[in-house]
Amino acid sequence: MNPVAEVILSLLLVVSAFFTLVGSLGLVKLSDFFRRLHGPTKATTMGVGCILVVSVFYHALIGNSFHPRELLVSVLLIVTAPISANLLAKAALSLKLKKRPQCPADETPDPEHLDSPADRRPDEL
Amino acid sequence: MRTRFRSILPSIPLSLMIFVFGILLADRITAGQIVLAGILALVIPQVSRRLEREFARIKSLKPLPRLACVVLYDIVRANIHTARLVLGPERQLKPGWVWVPLDFKNIHGITALASVITLTPGTVSAELSDDRKYLLVHALDLPDPQALIDEIKTRYEAPLKEIFP
Repeated sequence: MNPVAEVILSLLLVVSAFFTLVGSLGLVKLSDFFRRLHGPTKATTMGVGCILVVSVFYHALIGNSFHPRELLVSVLLIVTAPISANLLAKAALSLKLKKRPQCPADETPDPEHLDSPADRRPDEL
Repeated sequence: MRTRFRSILPSIPLSLMIFVFGILLADRITAGQIVLAGILALVIPQVSRRLEREFARIKSLKPLPRLACVVLYDIVRANIHTARLVLGPERQLKPGWVWVPLDFKNIHGITALASVITLTPGTVSAELSDDRKYLLVHALDLPDPQALIDEIKTRYEAPLKEIFP
């Protein structure tokens, strides 16, 4: 394989490892649930994205025939990752927030979420 | 006859997509893989038929390549920015909630918008208001809520509105 390509692909792998590490670090280091939720979204986009790009080009350059599996992995990740993040956020909205951020559409606060026993300050977790 | 056909194949595009994905995931195409993909293409739509579905209306796919480039560029940019925020001291962060007003009602368009917002690091879409007019977004660092709303509306919502009217 061309040494220039080899260096570029290795650099991309390092970049991907860096962003995955920072994503996991954010998950551990940040203080409340909603802040931590931002870590994993970063790891899936840049971290996995770079690895997939490297995998596609590596197989193309060592002369294996092109295989669309990497593209399928990225498609599945892009479609499913936001859904799990969204479900986590929705669950945390109901469980962890004393009061939901009020929607501009309904001015009267939702009584259900004002005094529920599960109320906790958002930064407790 | 038609209802009979419908009960076996509720959605032909869905079955086709599952079949193609099943074939593509296999290492090499053999008779067994084709049969397996065929069975999946028949069984999975039977399950998803029970979900409440709204049909997608797609007007034009012309803005799609441009939108994909914008989103890719933003993902890279926001990744670097968010990495710096995570590595820096936490008390400099100003996390915040913002309700983004939506200009379109197409549920597939809203789903795409919410996914794009979540894929871009630093913002997570959390909830859609019941009337589908507002989307709740959490930002890791929110110095100026109006700037975030404007960015989402011009960069992502405008092209999505052309794709999903």
